[in-house]
Amino acid sequence: MTPTYYLLLSALLFSLGAVGVLVRRNAIVVFMCVELMLNAVNLTLVTFSRMYGELDGQVMAFFVMVVAAAEVVVGLTIIMSIFRTRRSASVDDSNLLKY
Amino acid sequence: MSLLSLAQDFLAAAQPATPVADTIGTGETVAFWILGPLSLAGALGMLFARNAVHSALWLVLTMLSLGVMYMVQQAPFLGFVQIIVYTGAIMMLFLFVLMLVGRDSSDSIVEVLRGQRLAAAVLGVGFAGLIVGSLAQAFTRVDSVGLAAVNSSGGGNVANIGTALFTKYLFVFELTSALLITAAVGAMVLAYSDKHGKGLKKTQRELVEERFKGDRPGSLPGPGVFATANSVATPALLPDGSVAEESLSALIESTAKERLADDVAEVSGTAHQADAHALTGPAPSKEGDK
Repeated sequence: MTPTYYLLLSALLFSLGAVGVLVRRNAIVVFMCVELMLNAVNLTLVTFSRMYGELDGQVMAFFVMVVAAAEVVVGLTIIMSIFRTRRSASVDDSNLLKY
Repeated sequence: MSLLSLAQDFLAAAQPATPVADTIGTGETVAFWILGPLSLAGALGMLFARNAVHSALWLVLTMLSLGVMYMVQQAPFLGFVQIIVYTGAIMMLFLFVLMLVGRDSSDSIVEVLRGQRLAAAVLGVGFAGLIVGSLAQAFTRVDSVGLAAVNSSGGGNVANIGTALFTKYLFVFELTSALLITAAVGAMVLAYSDKHGKGLKKTQRELVEERFKGDRPGSLPGPGVFATANSVATPALLPDGSVAEESLSALIESTAKERLADDVAEVSGTAHQADAHALTGPAPSKEGDK
């Protein structure tokens, strides 16, 4: 076994997340799929860091986590405010942004 | 010197002079073959679960497996951060919002765009095949250096990451503070609802003025006044025996005029006579009384 197996696993996870973003209709589940894609990329960064023998990949993964946390907070609040006005969390229902 | 030998020299220089063998032991192999299928199962479960809460819990499984995988891969700091931040904070935030917003809102089965799911599945499989194929092709002959040397020098993994954060990546690290505070302020602005703000809720004085400017300053007649029952469904009767229309509840539509006819007749004195069954209905006939 080589560290490449981790890369293959993260490629599969990323693809599953992408399919989820395309298929699911609930905005929160779409958001979770985005999180899964970010996690897959993090696994890639950690594996690259190990293969290369430097810690830069881990620092980058750390920054990805920080950005993901900020993104989740803002995104979930946007979903909540859309839900307040439209009474729905489905991405199909928000076809108009202003009303 | 030909270009080919130059390239060979470059490649030889890129490889470390004394390659540190990054051996993957049996323990890591076993851990990978347990955690990898677990994380894949979590991702698939998240994809196919109808209930959004189940999706979130499946994703927690994936994130926990990934966290343990980081620890196995000589990144203990990231492993713990993954478990604390992702599964502890972010996923719980997801669950909170799910409980607030749409716990029972399962996905609609209706396809808005025809053939979108099939196209997405084909695209996903194609994408996965492409990446997996190219990665397997590109990284089979790459020797892994491993982090054993880095993690054993200079105070360990956590200290080394801290050093990198505060020297090489200091500016980026400061930028993330701006990002985080912007996100916090943005979330507060977006989530703030001015329900009890000034000018939105009517004061008592405004309510009274509105009422006296309207067409009826007094209160509406209560239900059941002068009637034979105190139910809300029984309307109030005016002194002449007619039904006070204002006392009829808008919510109870079952008060048909015909059902009130007896009450009206009794109060207005036009009823036939009072008998023992006046309140319970007409007296049963002899044939039906067995």
